[in-house]
Amino acid sequence: MTTVHTLTIDGAEVAAADGQTVLEVAREHGIDIPTLCHLEGLSDVGACRLCLVEVGGSGKLVAACVTRVEEGMEVTAHSELLAEHRRTIVEMLFLERNHICSVCVANNHCKLQDIAQDLGVDHLDLPAVNPDVGVDASHALFAVDHNRCIMCTRCVRVCDEIEGAHTWDVMGRGLAARVVTDLGTPWGTSPTCTSCGKCVQVCPTGALFEKGRSVAEGAKHRRPFLPHLRLIRDEGPRS
Amino acid sequence: MTRPRLATVWLDGCSGCHMSFLDLDERLIEIGERADLVYSPLVDVKAYPAGVDVCLVEGAVASEEDLTKIRVIRERTRVLVSFGDCAVTSNVPGMRNSIGVGPLLERAYLDNATLNQQVPSEVVPKLLPKAMPVHAVVDVDVFLPGCPPSADLIYAALDDLLAGRRPDLSRRARFGS
Amino acid sequence: MTGVLRATAQVCQAASCLAVGSEQVLQALAGRVERSGLADVVVKRVGCLGLCAAGPLVRIGPTGALFERVSPEGTGGLVAALRDATSTATPVSPLAPFFARQVRVVTENSGRIDPENLNDYVASGGYQALRTALTSMTPAEVIEQVRRSGLRGRGGAGYPTGLKWLTVAKSTGEGKYVICNADEGDPGAFMDRCVLESDPHRVLEGMAIAGYAVGASKGYVYCRAEYPLAVARLRTAIRQARQAGLLGVDLAETPCGFDIEVRLGAGAFVCGEETALIASVEGKRGTPRPRPPYPAAAGLWGQPTLINNVETFANVPTIIRRGGEWLARMGTEKSRGTKVFALAGRVVNVGLVEVPMGISLREVVYDIGGGVVDGRSLKAVQTGGASGGCIPAEYLDVPLDYESLTAIGSMMGSGGMIVMDDTVCMVDVARYFMDFCREESCGKCVPCRVGTTQLHMLLTRIADGDATLTDLARLQRLCGTVQRTSLCGLGQAAPNPVVSTLRYFRDEYLAHIEDRTCPAGVCPVAQRKVVP
Repeated sequence: MTTVHTLTIDGAEVAAADGQTVLEVAREHGIDIPTLCHLEGLSDVGACRLCLVEVGGSGKLVAACVTRVEEGMEVTAHSELLAEHRRTIVEMLFLERNHICSVCVANNHCKLQDIAQDLGVDHLDLPAVNPDVGVDASHALFAVDHNRCIMCTRCVRVCDEIEGAHTWDVMGRGLAARVVTDLGTPWGTSPTCTSCGKCVQVCPTGALFEKGRSVAEGAKHRRPFLPHLRLIRDEGPRS
Repeated sequence: MTRPRLATVWLDGCSGCHMSFLDLDERLIEIGERADLVYSPLVDVKAYPAGVDVCLVEGAVASEEDLTKIRVIRERTRVLVSFGDCAVTSNVPGMRNSIGVGPLLERAYLDNATLNQQVPSEVVPKLLPKAMPVHAVVDVDVFLPGCPPSADLIYAALDDLLAGRRPDLSRRARFGS
Repeated sequence: MTGVLRATAQVCQAASCLAVGSEQVLQALAGRVERSGLADVVVKRVGCLGLCAAGPLVRIGPTGALFERVSPEGTGGLVAALRDATSTATPVSPLAPFFARQVRVVTENSGRIDPENLNDYVASGGYQALRTALTSMTPAEVIEQVRRSGLRGRGGAGYPTGLKWLTVAKSTGEGKYVICNADEGDPGAFMDRCVLESDPHRVLEGMAIAGYAVGASKGYVYCRAEYPLAVARLRTAIRQARQAGLLGVDLAETPCGFDIEVRLGAGAFVCGEETALIASVEGKRGTPRPRPPYPAAAGLWGQPTLINNVETFANVPTIIRRGGEWLARMGTEKSRGTKVFALAGRVVNVGLVEVPMGISLREVVYDIGGGVVDGRSLKAVQTGGASGGCIPAEYLDVPLDYESLTAIGSMMGSGGMIVMDDTVCMVDVARYFMDFCREESCGKCVPCRVGTTQLHMLLTRIADGDATLTDLARLQRLCGTVQRTSLCGLGQAAPNPVVSTLRYFRDEYLAHIEDRTCPAGVCPVAQRKVVP
């Protein structure tokens, strides 16, 4: 038997099962909270900070993707302050590397671009870093353009948790942190990569893409496939 | 009542935003009736006039010439609009920012040239160290992102601006596309 | 050795004295004493004597005379001092106030015992507390004494230690762990290093008592690899304690077991954050994770884990030996006991000091520290390292306790204390600390990874004289977002040096922006040619 909790999100009363996250419950009830690092079917890391919500009157902000529901919780998912923080975070992501939407393979298929529009980010006010970062196109089918990477680590988690290859990981720290294949060796020479392409499908931006496709064909993850893969793994084949 | 004085300016950009402006098609006639186009690449006026009400600025600020121009424009304009991604984010012109002016010019004029390999020092305006969005140099009143902004969006913005209203395009406009 | 020991020469062999040749001093002095035939005198290796900037330091017991900047050639005078030393002589030290105003709990053995000699520690009462706890106290009674002492975490956050122990004791798991956080990384902080180099057994004893109290049989000391001497002495101490039956199975002839391993940090400040530290001990990339779950519930390998800092554990043997109330009598109502500070910067007596909580900053800087160097005027005191703030001179009489420091926009932190005079530019200070945070951000969450770099860029713009008032507004807005939205304490506290300097020294920022000058003449803007 599961325990049911009642809580409020933006003033609306909602019911949730014990163990659910605030994000899950909000989405079940049609309350949209922006996320970038979260993806259903993968573990949560609370890294992008876009899903920050305020709990109670504490003023403390917590990531909805990793916060479990509690009885009587009062969650604020939308306020002018939260919108301001979210806009600033999106702004940081655009300025950290070189995001040129107009010439990006993910133009119009990009979560970052969508979220920026939803939040009303119409210009970037903070200093731009303009780092010199590279592209690894050594793999036969795919390529990684670090200019577009937002370090959400979805690729790292899908490779480890779903494919079980753990080809991807993170190297370096701070602004120099990069997703890398096999300890920083070229992707094309990776002995662990199975070329399954899951990393490309879960990448929310144009950082990971399939070679030989036009921008118009570059749509990814139209349907969430990870929950199905999880289900198949957990329950086994039906006899 | 005098009609509002409208200007459009082309700095470091591809003119695509102006092409999208022309995509207003028959609505151009309406705009023409509602405003005086006092300065633009589309009309034959050489100097940026004083007392401009609304100016759409296409392109990033990338050269010393751009810098001089935009300062004059700001001084003589009431509502300055960053028109398109190059003006708003520096966009494609900004892709050179991580390379540096020296290596950039060498690559363009020496490495890639087969005849007359030389970095031009006359006529061509001197590049700034970085291509900057307009608001990095002067205050901007309205941001109209997009590469290019669609004709519909331009119309929506102009419709408000020429009526003296401040347009809210934030959730309709997006980078790229 | 035979006969009564009349005098000792205590030669500091901690890192800062060793760095200026105290090992050669020790050898030279030992040679001279031997040749002089003084049979009732011993030359001894000890830990930190406190006045680190004046090393090599030698103290003559029992007179207490302290010799500064001793060279191997200059040891002749020491032999004379040893010859004349009598136990009846009045202690003489030119720096009496430096020592007189201090209260030594954590550093009681520091500079007195040989840190590489277990017997020395035992002779000064060491491991008594562990024996008492194991043989005549229940774990609950041990925790009760810690609770009564009012001890709060000395790593900076000030969480009540007794409560933390109780939480871990109540948590259930297959095995519990005790971790000592020795990843001291704040700029200007060296308290934990000195404790580990001077009295490593005290920390091990505190951990073993903690292990008994919370039901853990395994402990780790997570020490930064930049502290090779501390690591070597810890390892020596662990080996000695195992041989003596004070670590391992059947501790002190009881059925309780507790063993300790040293794990080295690889140079990441963020690994001082407890969840990043745990990830690093597990062999993973040292990045923090959101809490809850807190380590007390799910820490190392997912098991209940007690994490305390070096100084916190070093308080424990004394609490058990003398009772919680004894420690609680010192300090203020909410901040009990003593605090060790690393006094540095533009102060006369640079070194390690231990003072009762609640003492004023003025007493520490002027009475103990001897005031500002070259008689200059004091501008600010920076406490709490990269996460702390700058306290201006007008707050010198604020008591040093957790709440008071937080109220004025700084924090206790781990105990770094940097004195700044009027030659220091506060914009430059803020920029320095932001550079540190930018370098040390792990890169996991967006606000810390990108925000610290952008804050540094804005501060650089100000220092270069290229900023506008809009940039100042940007700086403040960005500070707010980085503080409120970062994942761990590193990012949440990274803007503190900017916020506190903006609060107290806004005029200096404005001078850089509006007048294009650096009042202290430090920043690049000061070198700019004025265009007429």
